[in-house]
Amino acid sequence: MKLELNAEQQMIQTMAREFADSAIKPIAAEIDRDARFPHETVKRMGELGLMGIAVREQWGGSGADAVSYVVALEEIARACASHAVVMSVNNSLYGDPLLRYGTDAQRERFLKPVASGHALACFALSEPQAGSDATNQATLAVRDGADYIVNGRKRFITTGRESTFALVFCQTDRSLGYRGISAFLVEKGTPGFTVGKIEDKLGIRASDTAELIFEGCRVPAANRVGEEGQGFTIAMTAIDGGRIGIAAQAVGIATGAYERSVAYARERRAFGVPIGQHQMVQWMLADMATAIDGARLLTLRAATLKDSGRPYRTAAAMAKLFASETAMKVATDAIQVHGGYGFIKEYEVERAFRDAKITQLYEGTSQIQKLVIARDLLGDHDGRA
Amino acid sequence: MKILVTIKQVPDTATQVKVAADGKTIDTTGITWIVSPYDEFAVEEALRIKEKRGQGEVVAVSLGPDRVKEALRSCLAMGCDRAIHLNDPAWAAADTLATARALAAVIKQESAQLVLCGRQAIDDDMGAVTAQLAELLGWPCAYWIMEETIDADAKSVRAARQVEGGLEVFDLPLPAVLAAQKGLNEPRYPTLKGIMGAKKKEIKDLKASDLGGAVEPSQLSVVGLQALPPRPPGRIIQGDVPTAVKELVRSLREDAKAI
Repeated sequence: MKLELNAEQQMIQTMAREFADSAIKPIAAEIDRDARFPHETVKRMGELGLMGIAVREQWGGSGADAVSYVVALEEIARACASHAVVMSVNNSLYGDPLLRYGTDAQRERFLKPVASGHALACFALSEPQAGSDATNQATLAVRDGADYIVNGRKRFITTGRESTFALVFCQTDRSLGYRGISAFLVEKGTPGFTVGKIEDKLGIRASDTAELIFEGCRVPAANRVGEEGQGFTIAMTAIDGGRIGIAAQAVGIATGAYERSVAYARERRAFGVPIGQHQMVQWMLADMATAIDGARLLTLRAATLKDSGRPYRTAAAMAKLFASETAMKVATDAIQVHGGYGFIKEYEVERAFRDAKITQLYEGTSQIQKLVIARDLLGDHDGRA
Repeated sequence: MKILVTIKQVPDTATQVKVAADGKTIDTTGITWIVSPYDEFAVEEALRIKEKRGQGEVVAVSLGPDRVKEALRSCLAMGCDRAIHLNDPAWAAADTLATARALAAVIKQESAQLVLCGRQAIDDDMGAVTAQLAELLGWPCAYWIMEETIDADAKSVRAARQVEGGLEVFDLPLPAVLAAQKGLNEPRYPTLKGIMGAKKKEIKDLKASDLGGAVEPSQLSVVGLQALPPRPPGRIIQGDVPTAVKELVRSLREDAKAI
């Protein structure tokens, strides 16, 4: 067993780290405060090839692997979790399913501009009554000649306002339940497709979270991804990969908070010595470092399985569960190491604390991850996630 | 136009340098190696010249052990077309002149029209190779350049170098050697495509015998390396302000001899 990145993966990691440190870190606090979408740096991430890492060059991507995606995403998240989630959605929840299930014509029109960083995209599955229970889709797509007419509302859609393209999941046959869900590509500007409420959030504030509204929106049948009824499989496959991305994001958030804590433990003095000389602080730092390493290894394992074409659903759920719980714990302890200063925005660990929370919620809550893991253990999947 | 960029692989700027047991070299255990930052300005400028002219070739060249391949691969990832690695135990103790001789031989073999270097490597800060290279080639040379413009028919280059309070501007006929100063440009990050494509580009290995000659013994030998003595601790002058100021002035004048 070899636990070492190859030469390309190392270069990608270095590039992402240097870019994140010089271009993203300096603006992270400000865009969080103002809930401002960082167009300029997201555009540069696209130019660097970070928006379609595992997409083949033919379709505008970089032709790298899932391990490269994980190491790059961690570095971006270490500087700013908002940039990381925009990157994660573009790569995992949009790029991956299009690469896997799209036709060449769909890839040309809907994937190429996104993977090459010229346009952003979103993944529209969640609804007001369909969160953890994603099978409970109320959005309807009714066939009308060569088109479908879409009606319904999508909720909590990451990059929903900023995206040019949306991958939208709709019920095409309600009688079939989740086996009647289908996936459609809808372009911004299509009549009947509007953006509704933008959420005011606890964390990842620079990434927009939007409501998407479909009212008699006419979508050509050529924009359907996969077959009718294949939508739920497409969504769950995308989310299995997405969880590796969120795990990497969580590792990055935790690492940023941990590194700030180590620096603070060296410089802050109490009782005549740097606080890092006190055993209770040492314990917290040691626990943080150990948990982060564990989370990173689980994440890399899931990515390695994906790259080698082996099943990775359980490994991805384990990585996401452990990494997001680690991020929350590390961020909490990072504030504790900082004492009162940790509660102040200037010291930035409070942002990690707010950002970490979402990693336990989206792309499956921690409870859903446990459900996925347990179902796999017990061989009780019933075709669902 | 063929541009050759000479680069050196050096320890990362954050390295805590330790003297090795032999007292003559540094302990390389655990060191992260990078392309010397001034050399990155040279690589960037070469790529910009090629892009601006819409044609040409940029070749990165370096002398050093096997690990230097990583540095050359970084240059390929940034966009250099190919690389040449001067890798031979015969060069293990090469001083700046021996290095310059080897590089000059490669430049002649390649018939490059322009050579770009960093103003100095950030490890030993010698800053000698560029001038030695120009002398061996018999080419004009400008150090510490902040700007350059090559004329349309690639016959000459106008280079501006940093001097006290301004820029000194030279016209040099090509071929010429230029050494980059910080401020010449902002080096690009390698893109993912660049990184993935780098492994398909050629890194040619050359031995001393490929350059048609024996390696002359180095004229410079390192007698010993010494770590800097630890900085003495600062001193806090106690007492009321008038007394403390008097003591401060006395100390600056008599102890530090600063005023």
